[in-house]
Amino acid sequence: MHVHRFEKLWFGASLVLIVAFMGTIVYGAIGPGVAMVGDDGGTIDSTVVANGNFERADNFRAPGVYASSDGEGVEVYVVARQYLFNPGTAQPIEVPVGEEVTFHVTSADVTHGFYLAGTNVNTMVIPGQIARFDVTFEETGEYGIVCHEYCGSGHHTMAGQLHVVPQSQFNATAGGEN
Amino acid sequence: MATGHPDDAITHSEEEYVETEDGTRHRRAFVDRYPDAARIVRICLGISFVAFAGGALFGLIQALHRTNVLRIIPSSDYYTLLTGHGVLMALVFTTFGIAGLFQWANTRSLGISPPSSTLTAAWLGTMTLGTLLAAGTIVAGLFDSIPASADVLFTFYAPLKAHPLFYVGAALLIVGSWLAGASYFLQFREWRSEHPDARIPLQSFMVLTTMLMWYISTLGVAVEVVVFLIPWSLGLIQQVDPLLTRTLFWYFGHPVVYFWLLPAYVIWYTVLPKLSGGRLFSDPLARVVFVLFLILSTPVGFHHQYTDPGIASGYKFVAMTNTFFLLLPSLLTLFTVVASMEHGARQRGGTGYLGWLKALPWEKPAFAGIALSGIMFAAGGFSGMINAGMNINYLIHNTLWVPGHFHLTVGTAFALTLMAVSYWLVPQVTGKRLQLYGVASLQPYVWFVGMVLMSNAMHRAGLAGIPRRTAEPQYDQFSFQAVVGSVAEMRVQIAIGGTLLFIGAAMFLAVMLATWTLGRPNSQLRVNGFLPEPMSGAEDSPQVLDNLKLWAAVAIVLVALAYGLPLFDMVADGLFTPGSLPVPV
Ligand code: HEM
Ligand SMILES: [Cu+2]
Ligand SMILES: [Cu+2]
Repeated sequence: MHVHRFEKLWFGASLVLIVAFMGTIVYGAIGPGVAMVGDDGGTIDSTVVANGNFERADNFRAPGVYASSDGEGVEVYVVARQYLFNPGTAQPIEVPVGEEVTFHVTSADVTHGFYLAGTNVNTMVIPGQIARFDVTFEETGEYGIVCHEYCGSGHHTMAGQLHVVPQSQFNATAGGEN
Repeated sequence: MATGHPDDAITHSEEEYVETEDGTRHRRAFVDRYPDAARIVRICLGISFVAFAGGALFGLIQALHRTNVLRIIPSSDYYTLLTGHGVLMALVFTTFGIAGLFQWANTRSLGISPPSSTLTAAWLGTMTLGTLLAAGTIVAGLFDSIPASADVLFTFYAPLKAHPLFYVGAALLIVGSWLAGASYFLQFREWRSEHPDARIPLQSFMVLTTMLMWYISTLGVAVEVVVFLIPWSLGLIQQVDPLLTRTLFWYFGHPVVYFWLLPAYVIWYTVLPKLSGGRLFSDPLARVVFVLFLILSTPVGFHHQYTDPGIASGYKFVAMTNTFFLLLPSLLTLFTVVASMEHGARQRGGTGYLGWLKALPWEKPAFAGIALSGIMFAAGGFSGMINAGMNINYLIHNTLWVPGHFHLTVGTAFALTLMAVSYWLVPQVTGKRLQLYGVASLQPYVWFVGMVLMSNAMHRAGLAGIPRRTAEPQYDQFSFQAVVGSVAEMRVQIAIGGTLLFIGAAMFLAVMLATWTLGRPNSQLRVNGFLPEPMSGAEDSPQVLDNLKLWAAVAIVLVALAYGLPLFDMVADGLFTPGSLPVPV
């Protein structure tokens, strides 16, 4: 089969481009470090979440912000349900600047999203699954939390806030409102 | 702009008209040669365009509602319309349009009529019934008096629950498309029995490889709907696993975009070169591209689930790598399409590095629409490469960036190609000359400008974090910060763009309606269906390219590799756990 010289050149250039893309992605993942979501959050029975029986789950705690047991960083437990985040909607989630924040987010009913608008902190919230990811906020400030997955007729009202505060102002407030 | 045709022998074949012994000329258009197939194409395109009309109206209402320009529905009904828009556009307009195009392409290139009228009636009937059930349950959601609704969007993620008939409708639409594929394969088998050693004609090759991909990929959604969602919505099983059903959906959800795109490629490879005044550069390359799509389209679905919990990051990396290799056939297509157009332009007297572009027939609606859809697709491909990168995906996942992206791909590369090729094809399947030619000539440009406005603003709104699928993209708690431009200006562009798109859709529908109802039957057509042979033909290419069984087997092995372990992980704790009870909407 006759392959034109330009075709060969183009084919080669395309392959180079593809490999280059993958290179930038791997660099992006290892270098700046993106808060990726994997399967390490584990699973949970969503009726346990819906009924607030958190003592029956070994990998999820009552919604709130906790100091990590090892003294480094904080742990944030968030429950999404039609149409609010707990914590987040009724009162902002407060986290300290410059420390590693580990989020654990799950749903009490349908699939939701948890997205700090305009940032790459972005996860699906799927019933039965716990989304777990780490974020370190480098500056103090306020972020909007948006539910970005359609979750019912009130979906457009589902939002909240996250405040990044100086470490001196930060108090771990275990146990949000239940 | 060029007038006259230096290459008349290519664009004006004798094939449309034949001299009979008494010296009269008889028209030999597609409808004259294959009246049965022409009728099937007409029915498919007719249903497709009705769905398009509904979808376009819903699209306009959405664009004006979510930008707060004009509100005629309460925000809670927004999702009913959005479900309607997604289903009518992405599932009905596309599937029927493709079934029609494929029936034409397969028949034309094999040169024989469809095999069995019973099978044809079966697939048309099944697809139509499915569409009516799905559309009926969606529209019922607008009326409180009807106790059925399906406000679950076209992705129908459990545990949001629609009326069971919605899922039954979706299943029938897919089963009908399987039967349509069976009909194309039977037609091919009949041809093969008469041509045991010939190469598969190019258009038929493209149809068959696309349908093989479709069989492999629809298996996921068929299992999701038939095994899980239908019994669950009927109360026969208590709960389903939302992550598992969602994964089965996306197993299908990526290849489906190639099911939309490949029919556009069929047109770009086989019809666009002729409309440009030339011929296809290389037949073998076109075959390679379709084989690559067949084997690579399915093992990539996890790239829609980068932000899903419960799926190990390693599987996501594998999907991402596959996705980038999937760029290859599209980049090769870009090369061939541009090279073929340049060849056509030079045949028409075009010269210069880029000067040849002026020699192309931009005033002809079919050419202009297809070429503009290709340009938009190049932009859409670029934004797609960004979506596919895992880290950037975290920034724009589920924001308006995503509809900004796919209105360039399925919403233009497919939709505008189908509209444009209809200006050329509908006369050939109806025997009627195209009416409102001036409107048709302008229409692709109106769509193009509308899409430039709407899509660029959607992309930028996504960068600002504005979510998709929401009736009220503003919140009490905070406001969005634009990275490029301002949020108010993006809204204006989305509203104006959406309005222009609606006008473009209406212009297209007016041309079709006028042609169908006012055109005189048996008129002399301005177009003919002759397609010139490629510059390098299939005979130079390895025979193995035509081995469809081999490529289907390779595709299945790759799917098993990409999905075997992750699916096993998900079902290891039980098919229905962690489970969710239905949440009606
Ligand atoms: C008249 C032209 C069109 C207009 C004005 C329009 C407008 C829109 C808008 C504003 C949205 C975003 C809604 C949201 O996320 O809140 C949307 C979503 C969508 N559009 Fe279009 N569109 C048009 C044509 C098309 C075409 C031709 C297709 C495909 C063939 C298409 C497929 C879709 C799909 C699949 C969605 C996503 C639905 C979902 O999120 O569930 N649209 N459209
Ligand atoms: Cu929501
Ligand atoms: Cu995809």
